[in-house]
Amino acid sequence: MNLLVILPILIPLAAGALSLLGRHSQRVQGALAVIGSIALVISAVALLLATWEQGHIVSELGSWPAPFGIVLVSDLLAAIMVLLSAVTGAATAFYSLGTISIAHRKAGYFPLMHLLLAGVNGAFLTGDIFNLYVWFEVMLVASFSLLILGGERAQMEGAVKYVTLNLVSSALFLSAIGLLYGLVGTLNMADIAVKLGEVDTGMTTVIAMLFMVAFGIKAAAFPFFFWLPASYHTPQVAVSALFAGLLTKVGVYALFRVFTLIFGMDDPLIHQVLLWGAGLTMVTGVLGAAAQFEFRRILSFHIVSQIGYMMMGLALASVSVLALAGGIFYIIHHIIVKANLFFVSGLVYRLRGSYELKQLGGQYRDKPWLALLFLIPALSLAGMPPLSGFFGKFIVIRGGVEAGAWALVAAALVVGLLTLYSMTKIWAEVFWKAAPEPAAAPASGSNTLLYATVAGLALITVAIGVAAQPVLVLAMATAEQLLDPTRYITAVLGGAP
Amino acid sequence: MTSLMALVVGVLYAAAIYMMLRRSIVKLVIGLVLLSNAANLLIFTAAGLHRDAPPLVPDDAQVPAGLVADPLAQALILTAIVIGFGVLAFAVVLIRRAYEVVEADDMNQMRDTDT
Repeated sequence: MNLLVILPILIPLAAGALSLLGRHSQRVQGALAVIGSIALVISAVALLLATWEQGHIVSELGSWPAPFGIVLVSDLLAAIMVLLSAVTGAATAFYSLGTISIAHRKAGYFPLMHLLLAGVNGAFLTGDIFNLYVWFEVMLVASFSLLILGGERAQMEGAVKYVTLNLVSSALFLSAIGLLYGLVGTLNMADIAVKLGEVDTGMTTVIAMLFMVAFGIKAAAFPFFFWLPASYHTPQVAVSALFAGLLTKVGVYALFRVFTLIFGMDDPLIHQVLLWGAGLTMVTGVLGAAAQFEFRRILSFHIVSQIGYMMMGLALASVSVLALAGGIFYIIHHIIVKANLFFVSGLVYRLRGSYELKQLGGQYRDKPWLALLFLIPALSLAGMPPLSGFFGKFIVIRGGVEAGAWALVAAALVVGLLTLYSMTKIWAEVFWKAAPEPAAAPASGSNTLLYATVAGLALITVAIGVAAQPVLVLAMATAEQLLDPTRYITAVLGGAP
Repeated sequence: MTSLMALVVGVLYAAAIYMMLRRSIVKLVIGLVLLSNAANLLIFTAAGLHRDAPPLVPDDAQVPAGLVADPLAQALILTAIVIGFGVLAFAVVLIRRAYEVVEADDMNQMRDTDT
């Protein structure tokens, strides 16, 4: 048992359980949200540092030796993802304290938020494919409930699509696990990787494609992304931000994990499907965003488009280490920036009472600092130097050039330009043009906490941009670790597999 | 036996997809129920079927005699059934609420958030 690996799951679980017990006391819930999320950040930092120093950290649950028991494995990718989820979770917790109404708190907002984080961290850390499914479901059930908290019509309509497509994805995932288990007779991912190398049937490709579709739906990749822009703009904005930052990235993480460790990229079919998927995801996402005039819907479509960059990194992994490192860098940058943009949209909503670009305006005159806080993540998303997005795009595209994937490189560049178009559209409509009407009275309550959250995330964005070199070193180390699955396998199974 | 089960699994998947393509949200949920059951049966079949061979070890032996059914697959299915049950309970409540809010059992009336 290694406590470091378990804490990122245990802390939010405990915080969720305690805050469910104390759901009648606002003070208890608030304190638990703050303490729980800060403790989670600390434990995630400790985990990343330990993983950086020691390599893979493996914990066998119940002391059942691998491959018979369930293992938790922390490699660099998992540790980075846990840290990102902790940071997003902390930001959401602080933002929620300022925005979530008493009624929603009484309906169990905070326990659900903690449980969602527990599910996400569990999915990142598990080394067992069926356990991954279980964590996915923990995460999904929490996200279903958060999505419909409030019960408005739009939320119900969005939730029907969200729930249906995610359940279909889970069923496909489960089918793939069943077929895989029938083929190799094990569930431990490291053991699967070993045993799958020994069998040689067409079944492997079938299973790989089932995983690809299942995780593609979760990651909102083309052509499975329709649930995302139909639902992400409907819940409370703190929920939107948390989902936008984390949930699709769990799908991306699963793709990274399964297609580097278990299947490998040497199968030309997998390679081609990922390449096309990456390109089409980028392009359709950004075109969808160009057609939208609602703040959060524009951002939702951009999530889809950005997923394409991460998939591009993965698709080119077999040819260029740099591309995979770029994909990882992109995930780091994207989670922070995207959550922050949703937080900004929530602030604008509190000030002017709308998400429709047509009804907004004049924010630059009213709140120049808010305009600045929007510009930092927005320009970062579009890839302006010296912000984090520039380096993310630059490394992925550099990897694409190395790999000679010219069509994909061209798509990535054009999509970057169109992202800038979308962001300037929001800038011009929300911040620059004169306010159309005297808006509804701003929501009551202090916004200081919300500004602090947004400013904190913006600072992280700037920091990633300024300190791009250390982050790139980390991403490169992660990519090299992913591309050498024997290290993962030896760490889990011991010397003799 | 395996081919019969394969047929059943296939029919269940087909029926699930057919139901999910209908416009009614009640049929949508029935489709989801069928889909999760199809996946469970698939695990059961893929893990190998052995008739009359419970995975029990005799008192005086270390390993079971002969081929036995794989208990792990059944444990997986049990877990998946429990999870599926919880999730579907949520889905049923969701469509009831959706029906109350939208006042129609028709997916075509639920397109406000799409455009």
